[in-house]
This record gives sequence, structure tokens and C-alpha cells, in this order.
Amino acid sequence: MTTALPALLALALGLAAGGAAADALRAGDPKAGEAVYARCLACHALAYNRTGPKHCGLLGRRAGSVPGFNYSKAMQSTKWVWNPKTLDRFLANPLKAVPGTSMGYDGVKDAQERRDLIAYLEQAGHSEACKPPRE
Amino acid sequence: MTSRIQTPDAGLTASLQNAPDREARRSFLGQSGLLLSGAAIALLAGRDALAKGKPSTASDVNVLNSALGAELEAIAAYQVGAESGLLQKPVLHLAVTFQGHHKEHADLLAKTIAKLGGQLVSAKAQYSFPVETLKTQNDVLRFAAMLEKGAVSAYLGAVPVFNNRELAKAAASILGDEAMHWAILRNALGEDPVPSAFMS
Ligand code: HEC
Repeated sequence: MTTALPALLALALGLAAGGAAADALRAGDPKAGEAVYARCLACHALAYNRTGPKHCGLLGRRAGSVPGFNYSKAMQSTKWVWNPKTLDRFLANPLKAVPGTSMGYDGVKDAQERRDLIAYLEQAGHSEACKPPRE
Repeated sequence: MTSRIQTPDAGLTASLQNAPDREARRSFLGQSGLLLSGAAIALLAGRDALAKGKPSTASDVNVLNSALGAELEAIAAYQVGAESGLLQKPVLHLAVTFQGHHKEHADLLAKTIAKLGGQLVSAKAQYSFPVETLKTQNDVLRFAAMLEKGAVSAYLGAVPVFNNRELAKAAASILGDEAMHWAILRNALGEDPVPSAFMS
């Protein structure tokens, strides 16, 4: 009972707050993000280029900058650097964020799923899988 | 329409499995006209089907090309699996059958891209696969299941971004096939074949 009341209150406040939905997001959970990343595995891997570029070291690098990957002109000319903000924008709607991108994918529409996914990419980008430079 | 679907010529299939090079692919492309599903036939029937509704755009060609890239990789992945010596009889048959489906998908996508005047991506000379982690039949099955699930998600992400609805329909038709592969592979692994009501 003692825990139910605050929970109910939070729910009521959350509903009342309405538009402040963004604040209701949890911090990104890499474990949950790994499950979201399963959607990307037809085209991407962490450690090597496939239909899409490799994701090791993604955060902090220039968009369209993995050597040997054949990027679209659109991606190469963004001048973006991948960080949680640019990734959130791109992954929400790739074709709208970077018109002309060759990543023909509708995106991850759920903001919490994006946050989890980005937390995973951030963590995985420095994981064991990314340590030995492999081809 | 289903009555027109024929079994591929065994010799041709075997030669493709052994030599998935451009020439073999080309002859496959030349002879496989009767193997296509109703949706495929509608697409290949001519510009009419593609001309229905909103026209196809350069962006549609991009989407088709990334799907083609993933299909070509899946064909190569099943080849690695089939040649690994790790797959036993009934499972080996599954791998060869599923590889055949991916060849048909790739074939259809390539023809459609060509019809739209797009530049085709071609199969890479070399694909990277995590072969060092594939030590048992189940490892291979898990790897294949991961690719098939990813393919379902990729087509799911492609359906809403096509400008042309006939292309979206064709993508959905392929998606259904990949979802069946995924379920059968999970079943072969002893996992719940259909773990949820929705795919994402
Ligand atoms: C159908 C294949 C496909 C799927 C599915 C896909 N991608 Fe991509 N991705 C690509 C391609 C192709 C590019 C290169 C885009 C370009 O050059 O315009 C790319 C580029 C990217 C980039 C930019 C990388 C860089 O080096 O600049 C990021 C980040 C990315 N994808 C993340 C994802 C994530 C996360 C998912 C899953 C939610 C995903 N992608 C699903 C094909 C795909």
C-alpha cells in the first residue's frame, strides 16, 4: 500500500503532464538496446562492413567516414558527427533526416527504444568485439 | 497462379550452388521466369503494375538495392552453412531450400531495379562471416535465424518507405517468406517458433 500511492500519484501526474512525455523516458538501457539492434542485423555488424557500414567506434566519428564503405553522397555531405542527438534524429526517420541516404529503412519510432539502442551502440562500440581490428 | 510455380531444374540448382558467380546467376535469371509468385509476376508484367499509384522514385531504387545487398549476403551465408559440414540431413535440406528462396528474392529485386533504370549492386567478392564462432549445427542455425529475423525487420522497415505501393506489396510478400524461415529455424533449434504476435 505504501508504495502503491506514490506510483498512482506519478501515473496521475504523468497523465496530467501530457506533453512532457520526453521527460518520462528512462536513461538508455544497453541490454534493451541490444534487442532493438536485432532489427539492424540484416545489414549491419559491429566489426565489419556489410550492406551497411560497421558500427564499432560509431559515436564520435564523422557520418559517412568508414574507409572502404560506399556511402551515398547524401550521407557524406551531412558533415554530422555521430552523437546521441544526431543518432536520435537519424534513427527516428533516416530518409527524412538524410534525404537521399541509401539506408532504406523507416526507422525506430519509439523514443525509448531509440535511447536504449543508442546506449547499446555507445557501449558496444568499445566492447571486445571492437578491439582487434579485423576485416 | 500457384499452379504455374514449378520446381527448379535440379541440375541448374546444383550448378548455382556450386558456382554462384555472375554467369550462373545470369543463366538462372534467364530461366527462372516460371518460378515466380503471383506478386512477382505482377511486378515483372511490365511498367503497368509499377505505374499504378504513385510513381517509383530514386529513393525506391535505393531501398530495393539495400534489400538486394542483404539478399545476396544471405545467399552467401547459406552457402557457408551448407559447405561447413556442420549441417545434418534434414537441416541441410532446409538451408539449401531457404538459400533457393533468397536467390529468387534477389532475382526479382534485380529485375525490378533494372526495370526502374537503377544501377544494380552486385554480390561482393568476399563477405565477412563470424566463421570462428560457428562450431556446431546449432551455431549455424542461430546465425541463420539472426539473419532471417533481421531480414524481416529490414523489409518491415522498407514497406512504409516505398513511394510505389506495388513495391511495398512485393516487399511484404518477401517478408512473409523470411518470417517463415525464421520460425522454422527457431523450431529446429528447439526454441518457441513464434515467440510473439508482432514483429518489429
Ligand atoms: C536495409 C539495410 C539496413 C538496415 C535494416 C539498417 N541499415 Fe543502417 N545503414 C544502411 C546503409 C546502406 C547505410 C549507409 C547509408 C548512406 O550511405 O547513406 C547505413 C548507415 C547507417 C548509419 C550511419 C553510419 C556511418 O558510418 O555514418 C547508422 C548510424 C546506421 N546505419 C544505423 C542503423 C541502425 C541502428 C539500424 C537498425 C535500427 C540500421 N542502421 C538498419 C543499411 C541498413
